[in-house]
Amino acid sequence: MLLKNDNISEIINGKRVITKKPELLAPAGNLEKLKVAVHYGADAVFIGGQEYGLRSNADNFTLEEIAEGVRFANQYGAKIYVTTNIYAHNENIPGLDNYLKGLQEAGVHGIIVADPLIIETARRVAPKLEVHLSTQQSLTNWKAVQFWKEEGLERVVLARETSAEEIREIKEKVDIEIEAFIHGAMCIAYSGRCVLSNHMTARDSNRGGCCQSCRWDYDLYKLDGGKEIPLFDEKDAPFAMSPKDLNLIQSIPKMIELGIDSLKIEGRMKSIHYVATVVSVYRKVIDAYCADPDNFVIRKEWLEELDKCANRDTAPAFFEGVPGYKEQMYGVHSKKTTYEFAGLVLDYDKETKMVTLQQRNFFKPGDEVEFFGPEIENFTQVVETIWDEDGNELDAARHPLQIVKFKVDREVFPYNMMRKEN
Amino acid sequence: MKKPELLVTPTSVSHIHDLASAGADAIIIGEQRYGLRLAGEFRRDDIVEAVKIARQYGINVYVAMNAIFHNDKVDELGDYVRFLADTGVDAIVFGDPAVLMTVREVAPHMKLHWNTETTATNWYACNYWGRKGAKRAVLARELNMDAIIEIKEHAEVEIEVQVHGMTCMFQSKRSLIGNYFEYQGKVMEIERRKYDKGMFLHDKERDNKYPIFEDENGTHIMSPNDICIIDELTEMVDAGIDCFKIDGVLHAPDYITEVTKKYRRAIDLCAENRGQYEKEKDQLLAEIEAIQPKHRPLDTGFFFKETVY
Repeated sequence: MLLKNDNISEIINGKRVITKKPELLAPAGNLEKLKVAVHYGADAVFIGGQEYGLRSNADNFTLEEIAEGVRFANQYGAKIYVTTNIYAHNENIPGLDNYLKGLQEAGVHGIIVADPLIIETARRVAPKLEVHLSTQQSLTNWKAVQFWKEEGLERVVLARETSAEEIREIKEKVDIEIEAFIHGAMCIAYSGRCVLSNHMTARDSNRGGCCQSCRWDYDLYKLDGGKEIPLFDEKDAPFAMSPKDLNLIQSIPKMIELGIDSLKIEGRMKSIHYVATVVSVYRKVIDAYCADPDNFVIRKEWLEELDKCANRDTAPAFFEGVPGYKEQMYGVHSKKTTYEFAGLVLDYDKETKMVTLQQRNFFKPGDEVEFFGPEIENFTQVVETIWDEDGNELDAARHPLQIVKFKVDREVFPYNMMRKEN
Repeated sequence: MKKPELLVTPTSVSHIHDLASAGADAIIIGEQRYGLRLAGEFRRDDIVEAVKIARQYGINVYVAMNAIFHNDKVDELGDYVRFLADTGVDAIVFGDPAVLMTVREVAPHMKLHWNTETTATNWYACNYWGRKGAKRAVLARELNMDAIIEIKEHAEVEIEVQVHGMTCMFQSKRSLIGNYFEYQGKVMEIERRKYDKGMFLHDKERDNKYPIFEDENGTHIMSPNDICIIDELTEMVDAGIDCFKIDGVLHAPDYITEVTKKYRRAIDLCAENRGQYEKEKDQLLAEIEAIQPKHRPLDTGFFFKETVY
């Protein structure tokens, strides 16, 4: 069936256009990634603070950095949400009031929350913060969504197990903002209902300690009268719970027509190259579809672009049906990306065609590199002579964060990126 | 001294007689359409029968409706709740707020126990669900003794703690065993997999064996050991914990009955004759060890373990 929500489009000059454009929500593990995400077109960015978030291994933001991130985002009209989605233990209660007050003072727009402790505390001490229900609550039906609406929440993030048809029904029955994942790694368990890490490594998965035991290999056996019968052959890859990463680029038109309010990219641990690439592709897809939905086609170069930063195979998971074995990974749980991030543009001199670039990976004269960014169409270029900041010629750009200069034929802009095929 | 209720899991209607005679105060039953990881499958007729038997023995009947529901089942929740209320069950166990909403609509006097298994981790959340209508919170199994006692001190609802048996580590909506068989090209075996309770995953690095099974709710992976703290009940009895649960999922009926007898004795002694409890508790533990299946080592769960994050 065609899933159309009547409130999202209008006929303007004889042509249908989407007037309710969903928010593109991007992850950022630190301030640099936040700036990149916003600059590359995210309408909102979610970040983690020092406490109460679910990525204890990420850099995470201090309150000062959060405030700076908010100021930066404000220049673009973008919003900042902070993940405070642990399931707290008693020992996490002291300090919560001050933490939430600090977020409010920093100008954060909203928080993403799972635990009612944090929901109600935020209401009490930091009432300006919007409260969004985290996917950690594994919300899968309209009636549960209705419950949280009646609790006063502004938005819910649905479980990754919900299908397009289920989302349509939820949207129809409950008037609340819906956020759904479109891209990135995901739990194969219902989020919040997995404690493999707790058992296997004594790290609390629901407080940010997840060690990704679902990506490990196991051998499947059957007990038969006390005997252990292997349910695999020597040649088979071992059992694993590992899912392919989510990729819903093909489903974006359907998601927009459903009236989903926010489209979310996962990956606070990912690089700025990943954030820039994924955000810019989805920005283009959303903008193109909204401008002219009835003549929209997915362009091949968008798909290729997404592939350039993928370190796992991808699949549409539950949005488009029930995922089978082809949407899981056996034996191999990641792959090397086809491209690597080689440099970040700091400046460009139009007169001399000289780029000033911060090195992020080894490159040398003769290498073919590709530039991309929101102001430009992707183009490739062969690197010629490279100089350091003082004008000394270099045999290669060898050092991370080293400032180098070389000629680039087309104009590039600060925050544009340079990548190189592996 | 107040004794915690001893809650156990029958595998069938007839098993309820054995468990009640063994000293159970309450049973939890239900069907996989609405409840998670039950020791037995109790359809509506079975529930009617179970309530009759329970009344003879004066024990409570709780019915599990703690599945994670998708839209397709929301409309039938009301009918099931109404049936349970008419049948006279003593409480409904829920995790999904859709059940709470439904109970408010169709059976507002029905008692509710909040049990998501993994997310009841602080006293505030327990009281929150209490304010929404729950009379009891079932604590996450990943808490230590100090955290449990602190929750009880602050709790405005009854507190239930699992003291024995295996716990769930993971629930996925996906058909993970079926998918693996399909990946291997063994389509024939898929037909039978839902009834095959003997499967486990071997974790070579830790040499642990995790039971795994599929049902209507997806794929479940269970803990490698059975909790047993029959010799460590004192603190929780003194704190006034309201209910001790023995979870018998994937265990044989006779085993569950025997374990129920041991805990009955342990709870009675612990509450009424502390000196005798101290004398007998090691023996009670040894008696359970003696009937423990060899692939299911005992441990103390997270009661005396620290987790980091």
